[in-house]
Amino acid sequence: MRTSECDMVIVGVGGQGVILISDVLGRAAVMAGKPVCGAETHGMAQRGGSVINHTRIGCRFSPMVASGGADLLVALEPAEALRFAQFLSPTGVALVNTRPVLPSTVTSGKAEYPPLKDILAPLRAHSSKVIAMNATALAETAGSAQAMNVVMLGALSRYIPLAEDLVLEALSQVVPPRFLEINKKAFALGKAEVE
Amino acid sequence: MYPNDYQRERANNPLTIKGWLPVREYLLGNAAIARGLLEAGVGLVAGYPGTPSSEIIENVVSLKGKLPLHVEWSVNEKVALEVAAGACWTGRRSAATMKHVGLNVAADPFMTLAYLGVGAGLVLICADDPYCHSSQNEQDSRRYAQFAGIPCLDPKNPQEAKEMTIFAFELSEKFNIPVMLRPTTRVSHAREDVQVGRAANPAGPGRFVKDPARRVALPIHARPLHSELLAKQAAIEEALEKAPWNKLELKGDTGIIASGIAGLYAKEAIFELDEDLSLLCIGTYPLPRKLIRSMLEHVCRVMVIEELEPVVEEQVKMIAREINPQMEILGKESSIPREGELDYLQVKGAIARAIGKPERREPRDLPMSILPARPPSLCPGCSHRATYYAMRKVFGKKAIYPSDIGCYTMAVGMGTVDTCLCMGASITLASGIAFGGEEEGICCSLGDSTFLHGGMTGLLNAAYNKAKITVTILDNSTTAMTGHQPHPGTGMTATGEATAQVSIEALAKALGAGMVETVDPYNLDETMESFKRAKDYPGLSVVIARQPCVIKARRSGSRPKSFQVGEECIGCKVCLDYGCPAIEFDNDKARINSLCSGCGVCTAICKSSAIKEVAR
Repeated sequence: MRTSECDMVIVGVGGQGVILISDVLGRAAVMAGKPVCGAETHGMAQRGGSVINHTRIGCRFSPMVASGGADLLVALEPAEALRFAQFLSPTGVALVNTRPVLPSTVTSGKAEYPPLKDILAPLRAHSSKVIAMNATALAETAGSAQAMNVVMLGALSRYIPLAEDLVLEALSQVVPPRFLEINKKAFALGKAEVE
Repeated sequence: MYPNDYQRERANNPLTIKGWLPVREYLLGNAAIARGLLEAGVGLVAGYPGTPSSEIIENVVSLKGKLPLHVEWSVNEKVALEVAAGACWTGRRSAATMKHVGLNVAADPFMTLAYLGVGAGLVLICADDPYCHSSQNEQDSRRYAQFAGIPCLDPKNPQEAKEMTIFAFELSEKFNIPVMLRPTTRVSHAREDVQVGRAANPAGPGRFVKDPARRVALPIHARPLHSELLAKQAAIEEALEKAPWNKLELKGDTGIIASGIAGLYAKEAIFELDEDLSLLCIGTYPLPRKLIRSMLEHVCRVMVIEELEPVVEEQVKMIAREINPQMEILGKESSIPREGELDYLQVKGAIARAIGKPERREPRDLPMSILPARPPSLCPGCSHRATYYAMRKVFGKKAIYPSDIGCYTMAVGMGTVDTCLCMGASITLASGIAFGGEEEGICCSLGDSTFLHGGMTGLLNAAYNKAKITVTILDNSTTAMTGHQPHPGTGMTATGEATAQVSIEALAKALGAGMVETVDPYNLDETMESFKRAKDYPGLSVVIARQPCVIKARRSGSRPKSFQVGEECIGCKVCLDYGCPAIEFDNDKARINSLCSGCGVCTAICKSSAIKEVAR
């Protein structure tokens, strides 16, 4: 028996805007009258480290998605997609930004960053669908690389049980008004990638 | 669906609009607790930042508007609890916030406040961190509450945390005792749609009433107060028995007793396994022993699920001895780990095994080994890195480097972090290492906020007892690790008002340091010269390395300088060893990447003068 309508894991690197996505989804779910819960990383782990957020729409249980239970994996960075791939359900969908953020272990020459295909192949083997896109480049097209997370949100909006106008309404509540147009453009570009 | 216009109006004027209806909002657990404080009409909130508790005060600050309540970042947790106690004795509902290890600092007032009691309600909010996500240990504060004889409320989600906050004040006033609210990381940093109510104006006389028998902990007063504390435990237990957070559902003859967030995991597991199990969820301490008794009378075996210490399990075992000594009790010894945090699958697995339905999960073959590690690290351009670089150059490999708690602990790989124990212990450990007979140089380090929190007494002690050590204060003018909270060295209060700015130099001198120098760590030569003088100084020396936190500097809009690597680069990798994430290697030459914050320290490190500033 399902204990949640839609389970998501949103991952990335500290500073990429993982929490904004979850905040928008949560607000939109509240407007839709659906119970929603989530859990996130704060503090020490945020300083350039991996960040994971759990968001569960239509759920009244614990705030964390079980390993192997996520309907959706949203990765703002490719290596982080694989790092948290164990959360993805075999029937789940992965949305992956292909632009890497090199960790200090790589820039300092202590480790190597794997080729993109070596990251995406195992993801494809363990899920029903992988959608990879250069969301950072799309965000630059929209007017700011910072809006990469909103490109991913736009793509994600096609897979969640929430009406698009509610997601956009929630987005307008959390981004500063002067960046709203760029973010709306970014959202549309992300959405177009999966249509 | 909630009308959007209404949502918008509330967003503009969140707490005071007329015709207020309860509304659901998607809130962080700590924001829900802050709402609870305001809805309870709190008059004072004091705390010291510490993950996972910091956002409580930040949310009170951003929500309080014109409400006449005092909110402060205190110098440390002991101070916070004492300030809160003083205000509650003046008739105002008060709260102190801290992380679990902060309660160790506040343990002195905490234990005796249980005797003396409260005026208006006093709530201690102590956020635990199972798994040490952001902490040096994972102590279980329920034990502290039990130790002090103070009731403890253990929420399982943000909604409960908010309701318990309000209830805690009522309980505190009813039984004249401080009450502990104990969220864990997965409650404080969970988000949920929370039903929020209206903020209440702080009320209360605002007058301190003299009552030596209840305010002066002389032995002659303490002895009867101790008897009183013990005597009221039964009444507190009875009152908590009926609290809505203790829920018993009697079904099958296998029972699950779960506390805090484990209750949610257990509920979800029972639902998913579709099994006929009895369930008792517990949210209050002292424990609801009547409910436990009812459970034990109904079932023939029971599993106790709780994070960290077997607080519930011990009680269950005691009660079972009276009811059915043969009762099978599963818990810490067989099924549930005593360390780390629990998760849903662990709990589901334990229940499934207990009812003979073990699940086989196919292990997934994911090539995790190809992934580079991504450890948290000092930011590009962080001045701590520069200070540590200069320190290590001057004091050398063999010197001893006691350190402390803050962002700089992450520099453990630089060889200048030899210890990390608790807030302020760098200076005292350094003194002890010196008195213990260590003959190598000793240079300890701690941040500005940590120094003001717990380092000052250690410095005074080092001066008084003639420790020949060097103390480095890594002054980035904020409490960076927990999210940039102000402190007495910043000249700003929690609410952003200007206030007296304490001089760390004057403080260090007043505490008895012989040599006190301030340097700009971005100037490596100057910093190394100062460390040399400190090393040669025959007594206690203090070097204050001052440079604003790079994250704060960037937010304040300061325009960074720009650098690049020229043809002169010989690929010696000296700059790479400095460990700044903005320096990469590309085809055997160094390269400055887009993460550069423009500190320019690498220009001084490069032996071939290849790194140069460029015009933007």
